[in-house]
Amino acid sequence: MNRIKQKLQEDKKILSIYFTAGYPNLNDTVKIIQDLETNGVDLIEIGLPFSDPLADGPTIQESSTAALKNGMHTALLFEQLKDIRKTVTIPLILMGYFNPVLQYGVEAFCKKCEEIGIDGLILPDLPLDVYQDEYESIFKKHGLINIFLITPQTSDARIKAIDSASEGFIYMVSSASTTGAKKGFGDEQAAYFERIASMDLNNPQIVGFGISNATTFQQATKKAKGAIIGSAFIKHVTQKGVDHIAEFVHQIR
Amino acid sequence: MSYHANEKGYYGEFGGAYIPEMLYPNCEELRQNYLQIMQEPSFQEEFHHLLKDYVGRPTPLYFAERLSKKYNTKIYLKREDLCHTGAHKVNNTIGQILMAKKLGKNRIIAETGAGQHGVATATVCALMGIECVVYMGEIDIARQAPNVARMKMLGAEVRPATSGSKTLKDATNEAIRDWINNPVDTHYIIGSVVGPHPYPDMVARFQSVISEEIKSQLLEKESRENPDYVVACVGGGSNAAGAFYHFLDTPEVGIIAVEAAGKGIHSGESAATSALGKVGIIHGSKTLLMQTSDGQITEPYSISAGLDYPGVGPMHAHLYTSGRGEFISITDDDAMQAGLELCKLEGIIPAIETSHALAIFEDRKFNENDIVVVNLSGRGDKDLQNYIDYFKL
Repeated sequence: MNRIKQKLQEDKKILSIYFTAGYPNLNDTVKIIQDLETNGVDLIEIGLPFSDPLADGPTIQESSTAALKNGMHTALLFEQLKDIRKTVTIPLILMGYFNPVLQYGVEAFCKKCEEIGIDGLILPDLPLDVYQDEYESIFKKHGLINIFLITPQTSDARIKAIDSASEGFIYMVSSASTTGAKKGFGDEQAAYFERIASMDLNNPQIVGFGISNATTFQQATKKAKGAIIGSAFIKHVTQKGVDHIAEFVHQIR
Repeated sequence: MSYHANEKGYYGEFGGAYIPEMLYPNCEELRQNYLQIMQEPSFQEEFHHLLKDYVGRPTPLYFAERLSKKYNTKIYLKREDLCHTGAHKVNNTIGQILMAKKLGKNRIIAETGAGQHGVATATVCALMGIECVVYMGEIDIARQAPNVARMKMLGAEVRPATSGSKTLKDATNEAIRDWINNPVDTHYIIGSVVGPHPYPDMVARFQSVISEEIKSQLLEKESRENPDYVVACVGGGSNAAGAFYHFLDTPEVGIIAVEAAGKGIHSGESAATSALGKVGIIHGSKTLLMQTSDGQITEPYSISAGLDYPGVGPMHAHLYTSGRGEFISITDDDAMQAGLELCKLEGIIPAIETSHALAIFEDRKFNENDIVVVNLSGRGDKDLQNYIDYFKL
């Protein structure tokens, strides 16, 4: 069974961490993954940096720009990850924008992911209908789960369509924002979390955007299965480097 | 084959809406409503009223006698430079501000490179009394101080885009991020035939007034609706889309798109997207795009701030790959000389963007009886400093 699905069956709240590959240093990728697993993180999203990350706020933008400057590119990331399954069992998701995947070749990209042991992809600007028309069979052939996003503005009908097209989990964007933009959750989010929970979807939901500490993690996972932290983790490694990952994870839970 | 967008917004393999879910409700609202709104008699009436009495349309179709004589062919200039605000951009912003009102939006955002679209957007927002925020690359703000001042006088807030290369593509990214953060009350007025469906088609329709007028004006002057060729410069491609629109499916009309070669196509400093681009995704559209082999979007170069977009509208990508359009690229130097030539021969100072279209006559020869319409997309006031520096005036 796909590692993502297996993990989601565990009776616990899921902590997922996003980081940008090639940041803060070009060759930090493997160490970050190993340390996150050692410290009890449940799922990892490895960000493939892109020159024009239009759904991201300043923190992830800057980390992407720095990573590209450091020399990160798709083939190099695959090279860094080629032996990763010898040391970790944690579910791994690659997250990025569609253009670099398109240039690598979607089929070649998916094949490489399978060889390495990547479990899923999040490509926010690959829309549902294009995925279903052109790429779903390729993803499935290589055992990859494609994760879709929903937002507070997504209609119930579309949420249901996304739910039936999804496997693993649904990435629930907490508010109308780019990544890292909002601080804390208010009544609006609580109502949104409640609404989604009451829809009784087939797939569990993991909340992302705006989760930065223990309080927001608890708020986000009150109804949902888990939560994703990105910008706050990037800020942590920006300030402290990659030798204090335990400290970050243990302040979340 | 049709060269117009299909219902999903594709021109051949190009176009579509490659957008994150956060933008889906906004784009979908627009997609479901834009055609219907544009067809409403009240919309058409107000749109054409403003084009006539506020913008100053129809713009003249002027027979350029001395220029024609020099190149031994019949050259007509479609005088979009005489539009209010000095370029064709305002045709689109008038249309989109009316669209925004119909959709009940009370806040407008826009991106701008050289500032022409920003000024055209700030203008219509002032006209309608609607809040306006224009994103502009930090570098462009420094380069285009007069247009920044114009936007401020017109009541717009100009926000610097400080990410990435700090130019047009980053200003566009920032505008898209703003729209993600303000999904209910805000309309994004994109300035060219780029971005996710339905923008390329909507903007092309608003600009299509250019070719609509060319047809009727040519009928009056030459007793025929169709010229032999239509020529326009292409950055994102909105003036070209408007000039080509009603001729796209008329194969006897030659379509000539002129891109900026910068310092030469292979100099590493160019904006000739058709020659240098590969299929990719930029700002929600699948199109030809200047990028690295790894799929990172690169920064183009042209002396003209209106042509240095790393992509090109999906309509034009399709015109190029299908062979329907003839694509020519013109260097900085040739464009500047052609701009000066128009001043001397016809008494018209063109925008540097437009000068690229005018520069084709040196090498691209036409028959004596050919009727060639060049879309004179903008006037050169905004480029005075560039002309001064270049010619040491």
